[in-house]
Amino acid sequence: MDAALLHRMHFAFTVTFHYLFPQLTMGLALLIVVLKVVAFRTGRAQYDDSARFWARIFAVNFLLGVVTGIPMEFQFGTNWSEFSRRAGGVIGQPLAMEGIFSFFLESTFLGLFLFGEGRLSRLAHLGTAVMVWLGSWISGFFIIVTDAWMQHPVAYHLLPNGSYEVGSFWGLMLNPWAWIQYAHNMSGAVITAAFVMAATGAFYLLDRRHTAYGELFLRVGVIAGVVSCALQIFPTGDLHGRLVAKYQPAAMAGMEGLFRSEKGAPIVLMGQPNEETQQIENPIRVNRVLSYLIYGTATAEVEGLDHFPHDQWPTALPLLYYSYHIMAGLGTWFVLLMGVSAFLLWRGRLYTTRWILWPILLSFPLPYIANTAGWMTAEIGRQPWLIYGLMRTDQGYSTHVSAGNSLFTLLGFLGMYSVLSVLWVVIVYRAIDEGPRAIPAGHEPEHGAPDPGVPVPPLDPVHA
Amino acid sequence: MGFLWYWIVAVMLAAYVVLDGFDLGVGILYPFLARTEADRRAMMRSIGPVWDGNEVWLIAGGGTLFFAFPLVYASAFSGFYLPLMIVLWLLIMRGASIELRMRIESPVWRTFFDGLFFVSSALLAIFLGAALANVIRGVPLGPDNYFFLPLWTNWRAGPAPGILDWYTVIGGLVALIALAVHGALYTVLKAPAALEQRARVVVAPLSLALTALTIVSLVATIIVRPATLARYQTVPALFVIPALVIASLVAIQWCTRRGRALAAFGASSLFLVVMLVGAAAGLYPSLLPSSTDGTRDLTIANSISGPESLRVGLVWWSIGMTLALGYVVTNYRIMRGKVSADGGGYGH
Repeated sequence: MDAALLHRMHFAFTVTFHYLFPQLTMGLALLIVVLKVVAFRTGRAQYDDSARFWARIFAVNFLLGVVTGIPMEFQFGTNWSEFSRRAGGVIGQPLAMEGIFSFFLESTFLGLFLFGEGRLSRLAHLGTAVMVWLGSWISGFFIIVTDAWMQHPVAYHLLPNGSYEVGSFWGLMLNPWAWIQYAHNMSGAVITAAFVMAATGAFYLLDRRHTAYGELFLRVGVIAGVVSCALQIFPTGDLHGRLVAKYQPAAMAGMEGLFRSEKGAPIVLMGQPNEETQQIENPIRVNRVLSYLIYGTATAEVEGLDHFPHDQWPTALPLLYYSYHIMAGLGTWFVLLMGVSAFLLWRGRLYTTRWILWPILLSFPLPYIANTAGWMTAEIGRQPWLIYGLMRTDQGYSTHVSAGNSLFTLLGFLGMYSVLSVLWVVIVYRAIDEGPRAIPAGHEPEHGAPDPGVPVPPLDPVHA
Repeated sequence: MGFLWYWIVAVMLAAYVVLDGFDLGVGILYPFLARTEADRRAMMRSIGPVWDGNEVWLIAGGGTLFFAFPLVYASAFSGFYLPLMIVLWLLIMRGASIELRMRIESPVWRTFFDGLFFVSSALLAIFLGAALANVIRGVPLGPDNYFFLPLWTNWRAGPAPGILDWYTVIGGLVALIALAVHGALYTVLKAPAALEQRARVVVAPLSLALTALTIVSLVATIIVRPATLARYQTVPALFVIPALVIASLVAIQWCTRRGRALAAFGASSLFLVVMLVGAAAGLYPSLLPSSTDGTRDLTIANSISGPESLRVGLVWWSIGMTLALGYVVTNYRIMRGKVSADGGGYGH
């Protein structure tokens, strides 16, 4: 097998698995702050119970995010040494800043948040939740700055030894690609958390237990969901699309499956790209929409793949096309589902409308798929470049690490992450199955969260 | 500037060794000191709120190395590919064992994670020690500044070594015992009475073994890399370092016998720091020496980042580390004192 491909799969697999956890924890950190703020302002114990319940789920996901995240930083050096040598002076900067500005903050305040409720005042405990949220969102920012520089390199100098250094610190931090990608990514993370929360609520209502909490989770999940789903498409998705069209037109053509440049280019809703014949098979098209979306006029010419030399085409064209279409298709479904749910919530019928509770429950895996597909669109779209326009992917991997060694460790990660997946499912399912524990206001646990192993009698009136 | 970043990276990695060192040490001693479930919980609780923060020093130190010396990061990480991947797997297993142990009330579940916690902690200590010994011994750097080491070859510290040879195995054992001592002293500080007593008892034999191993490793280092001795001879002030190593070993014994637990823990921290500083001073200005040809050493001069990167780096590094130190100190202050003996308290 080809060493370059194996090194790519190594990074792709480990980063894809890793991002299953931060997308939930970044979104959930915000929703926990919301729960804590409502609890603080209204004094309603149910919101505190809910915050504690979600903190337990947060803790497991955070741990898995941490342990699967460390290999990401290491892999720049282990599997992508030539890239690290040349780009480390630039991307090492945001990566080191993530550790220093975010991880110290997060690790300290997470401990205080999870275990300090009895030792801290209510306001101070809310403060620790805010700090955990800030830490996780700062962390996301520095990772996006790193990726944005690879997508759209700015503010660098080329040094005589072929490596890059930072030309302007603020230029690096204020890379327009970074801010738009960050907004799009973070609202995607909130979507994951909102869907997981709403689905848990729907599960409790359909399963007729913990129903008071079920309604609360649905309410918070649907409100957060409808806002984040709308933001995901407009303005963040729209802006991001324009950015790709402007700076990575070959990627845009690949995403849309546009083999030939066209005036009044159509948008392809469905169909299978055939690289041999350079056609979309079984297409369902809407004429002129693509031109309109990119340029604001229905007759504008959009550059197709034929506009670019073949060695600059995205290397996994069909996968790019499908990733983008899956992301966009699911995004549309999310807006629809959350729009209807929000309407029913407003009319006071959400909790009893079973035909909407079922799709809310069953949709919980979809944001994970959409976020993954979105990242695949970004990273496969960047191909064949490792740093767009500066360094090709096949120039960046560790040539001294053989294909055999790369496969060996890839298999190791596959095995280890299979085990982690099983543990994750067991633990999260048990937590959801057990449900939130009702603790009357003023009786917060003395030293923090009670031992998860100790059964506490449910006080939920419906359940009891 | 190069001098400054060399020592910034060294200090961050030393902080990692001192801080994560004690929780690794707790893991190494865990099956030997903890006899009851209450003991096991107490040991877990003593590191529960801090282990993750301690590990951040490795990530932050690694990130700093990445941007200040990209060539060293690229060359060392790809050359030490296999042991680093094993270290990553051990870090994953260890983190999981600490945090997942209490999630399910079942003897099978807990015993499994207890075993995993011990094995991963002990192997991590050995691998970290062996890694440092690999750097001191040097690696067969090619003309393109890269190399690749198999896990073992003929166990000789010659020009074509493996990750494991007689010298690096000594390094691994020194780390194992040093962190066990460090972890025992931390347990003395944090654990309830019976456990504290058991931890106190193991300090004396372990620190004697550590003294013997340290002397062996110093002699071995002079054999494997005579240049370190030469460097010490050109800057005689550096001989204060081995003197401090001996002094800290004596202080560990002396303070423990006097019941001065905090001072003893300070002495073992000092021991770890001066061992690392001694290694760094012996190598300076190389970060990764060549085992075949001294002109191929990766040094500050040939691997440092661009000047502009380093200039802005110094600004945010200073701000960030000031904040980080604030959080770390706050965390240790809030969590100070012994962990409670009962099952309550921190959720482990």
